Amino acid sequence: MSFESELAQGSFYIPECNICKKIVWPPAEFCNRCFGRVLLKKECFEGKIIEFSRQNEEYFCLVEFNNTIRVMAKISKIPQIGQIVKISKCGISNGDYFFYVS
Amino acid sequence: MTKVGIVAYGITPFTREDQKIEAVLLKSTKTLFENNPKINRNTIDAVLVSTNNNSKYLSPILSEMAGIQPKIAHSIESLCNSGTNSIVSAYSYIVSGLADMVLISGAERYDSPGQILEWDNSRGEFKHPIFWASIFTKSYKREYSISDEQLALVSVKNHKQAKENPNALSNKTFTIHDVMNSKKITDDLRLLDCSRPCTGSASILLASEEIAKKTTDNPVWITGIGQKTTSASFTKNISFSTMESTKSSAHAALKMAKHNTKNIDVAEVHDAFSVCEPMALESLGFSDLGNGTSMIKELYETNNFKINPRGGLIGSGHPLGATGIAQTIEITQQLQSNAGKRQVDNAKVGLVHNISAAATSSTVLVLEK
Repeated sequence: MSFESELAQGSFYIPECNICKKIVWPPAEFCNRCFGRVLLKKECFEGKIIEFSRQNEEYFCLVEFNNTIRVMAKISKIPQIGQIVKISKCGISNGDYFFYVS
Repeated sequence: MTKVGIVAYGITPFTREDQKIEAVLLKSTKTLFENNPKINRNTIDAVLVSTNNNSKYLSPILSEMAGIQPKIAHSIESLCNSGTNSIVSAYSYIVSGLADMVLISGAERYDSPGQILEWDNSRGEFKHPIFWASIFTKSYKREYSISDEQLALVSVKNHKQAKENPNALSNKTFTIHDVMNSKKITDDLRLLDCSRPCTGSASILLASEEIAKKTTDNPVWITGIGQKTTSASFTKNISFSTMESTKSSAHAALKMAKHNTKNIDVAEVHDAFSVCEPMALESLGFSDLGNGTSMIKELYETNNFKINPRGGLIGSGHPLGATGIAQTIEITQQLQSNAGKRQVDNAKVGLVHNISAAATSSTVLVLEK
């Protein structure tokens, strides 16, 4: 079970060091603080929109989760700074991660 | 510590031509030797190639094509600031005593793979630089109540200045209206807000003080170096309206050179997108936070070429591996009073600012006569 294999199935897991409990993002095999092994943790979590813009009719936004994980994601409705969102869909397409929040 | 000087340079026009990377590299190297016939190629100890091109073994290839058999030969890749990273490496070879004379040649093709940082999956499907630039622009405008028109002036100014640069990709001038009405890339970015990838090459030769004085009558000295890398992921930036790595590298470079920003007469700053210029000016200390566009307006209205005299990346084009070297050549020409219609009066101290990947890494150089 790896972050990417789970993401490819549409599941977002939090990569966390099993020794120092630091969230390691972007995901890696080892912790960048203590080099402990990174394990995956499943939990329901909310994020906050930090910034956004729009290309054509699609909004994209920078979202922060758990004060650590930041991703660029799509959002269907007009976003607002500070808006609380959840990952509604994620996966890997043509080798790139993708995230939708709502 | 030995002084390190710039003793020769060569540069090609920046174009959209389809040329082999080896051929482009050789062109600026050839120009360098033509510009300073005193150089004995047998005395070159190291050849460093700055590029993001996927071709292998480019430094030995360039060395063979240029008739050089260096002790040290390798490539350096660090996305958009590969060029100044190479200059810092060359400086270090000379100061350490491993080399007395180092050739640095940077080149890129218009289709460089260095435009996209594939590793950064935190960007999701938004890996093209236009997306981080859009976030920077939105954040900067929001933080300091800056308008699109104020940012558009960066492009207007730099295209105007590029018109005086015979090697620039652009030779057109534009109005704010033109920039605002150019193709909309995102809500926060228009085509003329963007530097364009292109094909081009720039080469520079560094030497120890003793060799430099024998090789040229007007060496330009590298007196300050600062570098900082805060992350590789765009999303790890602490701020999206300032350049943290630039603040740190500017502080280090100016301290090493025993100068402050007020002493800088001319500077090349990394305007990959319009918003980058005011952000850079503020993070380098040329203006207070949020006032970068006011400085740009004043420079434009007074026809002052102090910032980005060659037209910056927006006017000159952005062949990644060559950009930092081309910036350094411009400041060298300025300090040698050899910049033609772009010349800034009485320039004695110059600065080069070169970043990578949404300012996750910055290099700042201070140059002096």
